[in-house]
Amino acid sequence: MTDASLPTGPTPKGSIYTQSPRVKRRNAAEGRFKFYGMLAIATGLLMLAILLFTILSKGTGAFQQSFITLNVPLLEAKLDKTGERDLEKIKKVSTFGYAPIIQAGFETTLEQAGLQSDLKVKTQAAILSKSVAADLRNYVLTNPDMIGHTVEFKFLANSWIDGYLKGRVSRISVADNKAISAEQLDFADSLRDAGILRKSFNPAFILGSDASDQRPEAAGMGVSMAGSFFMMLVVLFLSLPIGVAASIYLEEFAPKNRWTDLIEVNISNLAAVPSIVFGILGLAVFINYMNLPQSAPLVGGLVLTLMTLPTIIISTRASLKSVPPSIRDAALGVGASKMQAVFHHVLPLATPGILTGTIIGLAQALGETAPLLLIGMIGFIASNAPGSVAEGLMSPNSAMPAQIYEWAKRADPAFYERAWGGIIILLVFLVSMNALVVILRRRFERRW
Amino acid sequence: MYDAPKLETNVQAKENKIAARNVQVYYGETHAIKDVNVDIQDKTVTAFIGPSGCGKSTFLRCLNRMNDTIDICRVEGDITLDGENIYDRKVDPVQLRAKVGMVFQKPNPFPKSIYDNVAYGPRIHGLARNKAELDEIVEKSLRRGAIWDEVKDRLQSLGTGLSGGQQQRLCIARAVATEPEVLLMDEPCSALDPIATAQVEELIDELRSQYSVVIVTHSMQQAARVSQKTAFFHLGNLVEYGDTNQIFTKPKDPRTESYITGRIG
Amino acid sequence: MPVFWLVLAVLALGVAGYVFGRMRALAAAGGDARKLHSRLNYYGVNVALFTTIPALLLIAVWMIAQPMLVNRATEGTIPDTFVAKGSSIDLVMSDVRRVAEGLDLAVARSALSAKEARALRADDSDIRGLLGEVGVALGSDVKPEILRAAQTYRELSKTAALWMTGLVILLALGGLGYSIARTRADFRARNVVEKAVMGLLIGAASLAILTTIGIVLSMLFETRNFFGLHSWSDFFLGSTWAPNFRGDSELSILPLLWGTIYISVIALLVAVPIGLFAAIYLSEYAGAKTRAFAKPMLEILAGIPTIVYGLFALLTVGPTLLAIFGDGGALGVSWMKGATSVLTAGVVMGIMLIPFVSSLSDDIINAVPQSMRDGSLGLGATHSETIRQVVLPAALPGIVGAVLLAASRAIGETMIVVMGAGAIAKFSLNPLESMTTITTRIVSQLTGDGDFSSPETLVAFALGLTLFVLTLGLNIFALYIVRKYREQYE
Repeated sequence: MTDASLPTGPTPKGSIYTQSPRVKRRNAAEGRFKFYGMLAIATGLLMLAILLFTILSKGTGAFQQSFITLNVPLLEAKLDKTGERDLEKIKKVSTFGYAPIIQAGFETTLEQAGLQSDLKVKTQAAILSKSVAADLRNYVLTNPDMIGHTVEFKFLANSWIDGYLKGRVSRISVADNKAISAEQLDFADSLRDAGILRKSFNPAFILGSDASDQRPEAAGMGVSMAGSFFMMLVVLFLSLPIGVAASIYLEEFAPKNRWTDLIEVNISNLAAVPSIVFGILGLAVFINYMNLPQSAPLVGGLVLTLMTLPTIIISTRASLKSVPPSIRDAALGVGASKMQAVFHHVLPLATPGILTGTIIGLAQALGETAPLLLIGMIGFIASNAPGSVAEGLMSPNSAMPAQIYEWAKRADPAFYERAWGGIIILLVFLVSMNALVVILRRRFERRW
Repeated sequence: MYDAPKLETNVQAKENKIAARNVQVYYGETHAIKDVNVDIQDKTVTAFIGPSGCGKSTFLRCLNRMNDTIDICRVEGDITLDGENIYDRKVDPVQLRAKVGMVFQKPNPFPKSIYDNVAYGPRIHGLARNKAELDEIVEKSLRRGAIWDEVKDRLQSLGTGLSGGQQQRLCIARAVATEPEVLLMDEPCSALDPIATAQVEELIDELRSQYSVVIVTHSMQQAARVSQKTAFFHLGNLVEYGDTNQIFTKPKDPRTESYITGRIG
Repeated sequence: MPVFWLVLAVLALGVAGYVFGRMRALAAAGGDARKLHSRLNYYGVNVALFTTIPALLLIAVWMIAQPMLVNRATEGTIPDTFVAKGSSIDLVMSDVRRVAEGLDLAVARSALSAKEARALRADDSDIRGLLGEVGVALGSDVKPEILRAAQTYRELSKTAALWMTGLVILLALGGLGYSIARTRADFRARNVVEKAVMGLLIGAASLAILTTIGIVLSMLFETRNFFGLHSWSDFFLGSTWAPNFRGDSELSILPLLWGTIYISVIALLVAVPIGLFAAIYLSEYAGAKTRAFAKPMLEILAGIPTIVYGLFALLTVGPTLLAIFGDGGALGVSWMKGATSVLTAGVVMGIMLIPFVSSLSDDIINAVPQSMRDGSLGLGATHSETIRQVVLPAALPGIVGAVLLAASRAIGETMIVVMGAGAIAKFSLNPLESMTTITTRIVSQLTGDGDFSSPETLVAFALGLTLFVLTLGLNIFALYIVRKYREQYE
């Protein structure tokens, strides 16, 4: 070790078997740093878990509803005094006229079940939804022959009773409530024990229409789902061809000049413009200037198209870019024009990528809410399912996310459950769209 | 130790720095290094030569456990540094790499100033007690890297702004600054032009006085010029190891002969 | 929906044109398609394109121009004296259009015959009741001038629609005839078709520009109107946001901007550390399996619609925070008054932005060359030292770009703040108070029943323009940084 004395030689270090205190300290720092990373991942995943748990735990209740099964005598004396079964005359009986029929239904059913109640029949009937009379009337108008018979009906209980069965409403929470009393809850208990009041799956939540503030139990997603469907139809039919055409031009034909540079910058910026700005555009141009109808899915679709276009263009260009130039050369080599090379060879090869990009864009558009608020797709009750394509596009409707927002705004907490339930439905759509993307990718992804 | 002055003249008798015994390396299913035994001597330049894909770089990276960063890589056998097994569970690769420095194929200065590039190692290892000492280490290392005169006036400019040859010498200075005992060089000149290559080769020769240098090279001329010992790898096997002179003039193995005469490569 | 049928008719003509074109070309070649210059299909497509494209373009132009022209013509029939003080011609016109729509609807539902609708007189019939029956609610009784203007409006619209139908059909037929006449055996159909298709492609690509122009113009015009009614100094330099629909509002953007920035900062404080560390762990430490699981899981957070986050803020996070910081809460302090607060919105928005920051940073960290890491590890640096001192500084510009993009997302986010932040505009440092943002005010000013000529409504456009400029600036800057960064390592 003669070199050890030289100032420039390497300083002898200890054995590599023992860690110096400094290395120990550094390794501890290493461990901490790695831990922070794991902590961050865990936090992110935890947030996701909490979010999904909240949605599921609060929303699944919306798919179940409390029903009261009554045997209702459709009294001829009340509904069709003349006995002629003349529809025009039966129509004259308003929904108020059906109240005694429903009350009679309670009396009959209780008697058959051998139940006693101190409550007045009117108070008993008040645990039903306010929509029941109208439902019954519709039934009678479509089946006038049943007048005079006793028919079994499954009526909606009102939201308080429903909440009581689901644990949202308790005797303490209804203490100052005028709509429902503790006695009615007792009555509900006895009906439940007798099997008359029961929770069961409620298809009307998925397929039905929205209902007014007073009847949360009757509100459903169906009509707004149709609204979303028509919007997506518009988005698909506009953004796919326009997006693909724009991508083909930019990727395959565009010369490198200022105009195309401008377009490129524009597209990447449009992709990041806040969605509400598109709503303002829709309001100012489509509604105020072009006088298209407010709240129409057509307008919603147009706005969402403009919003989705950049997404579709970006992904389409990526999939066009992934087709190797040798394919183009091969086509050009056998005498195809450039246009033919692109449309006959490049485009078909890029189709899976374009489709997945389009589905992702649609999924994004399906969940978008902010622009819809501005073009008026909230604030009213979407009650009529559209009868035709034209009506579906032009008549006022809501959309799934807008309907959820509408419910979340209402004062009655019974609507919150429906909002969460609506989110489950929305997420089911989004998950299936994304699953489709995954399947398409697995099936068609090609590595060149 | 008493006969050290005599050893200066006798290359054969220098003490062994690194000893590898029955080393096997696997990349997943691939058996990349097969049963390699080699002794690397102190204060000597040892060259690893062989056709590309023969495992010479892989073996080099085993010597300071750089292969640990590759998930699928598995090393078997013993490699000792001064008699201590570097794959022992007690060994911290961080501490090992401070002793066994490495210079890479492509110059890879950090996107920091020239000064910070060189000071990086001493800082993390805590080699300097104050700024003055650090300045001294940086200057000494840059001088040893034979680049001081070119950069002394612009120590604060970016290391990435230097030319290729300068960058590689900066990387060597950076490696020297942590005061390693062994310096591993993975084809340090492959990305450089002939002039820069000559500068780096000259530098390697100077470094020999203080370090054990192991250099992987593609070029047989380079191996002949800078090394005292040469190991020839072929298909993951160490075919022949001996004095550079002997390998290039009287190879014992027919494969070695084929390679140095240009029949396989 | 006559336009719908018109478009359908044009398309049908196009299909017919395709068939004619093919037949004609085949006939011109004497039944031997090989004698044609181009393949047979091109002749058909050529005719179809010439038939449909100009006609459809005319429909589009007409639809844009007609409302403007009809409006102007109708405005001319309203006497100047009729426009009351404090009102404007635009207000009157919106009444006119409403009545006209009501009449259309009444005719459509056959509550009126077309003739009756034309002959209707304000003084001798209850128009308000009539229109109410078909679902068009009016604020007051219909004045004779308005009714007359509405009738003129309907007449003009009807005439215009007739003209449009006629001209469009003529144009389509003309295109059909012209292109059929041009179809001969040596006609270069492919070249013509390709040129036309190229034009369509260019048009589609230019739509992006058109959208931007549309955004800017629509907001610019209304913003100009707003500054005509309200002083710009109050908007940009005032200190109070107090819209008052009876007029005399104070409409300053500054308190809104403060709320926006405060919430965004909190969101970034949540998202950046978590997102960045998650990205570092995923790209530097995690094994292939962890990465394959955790990365898509985190990205689910980005795919969840903002309405879900809004609901989460409103119904879960807000009440939870209230249960901790509110009256009788877990901490026994009463710092929080309601469930909506800056913290509520900020935290939820932060969760939403985690995957945004993490996936962008992940890309950027992965772009740092492996040789940098090797260099540092080869010197005996630990993995974390390598990351902190070599990888992150090298990736810094890209990460800054990612954070800026996230910030622009936060500033423009709407649903979470609408549902979670509250509606009170003020300058406060307390994150537990409810505050409001630019986007929430845009929504509330434009979804109310305000008319489109009051400053209280128009201010939304000024706010929107400011938001647009703000996010655009951030985006351009961020994209510039990211691009510069990418170039460095390519």
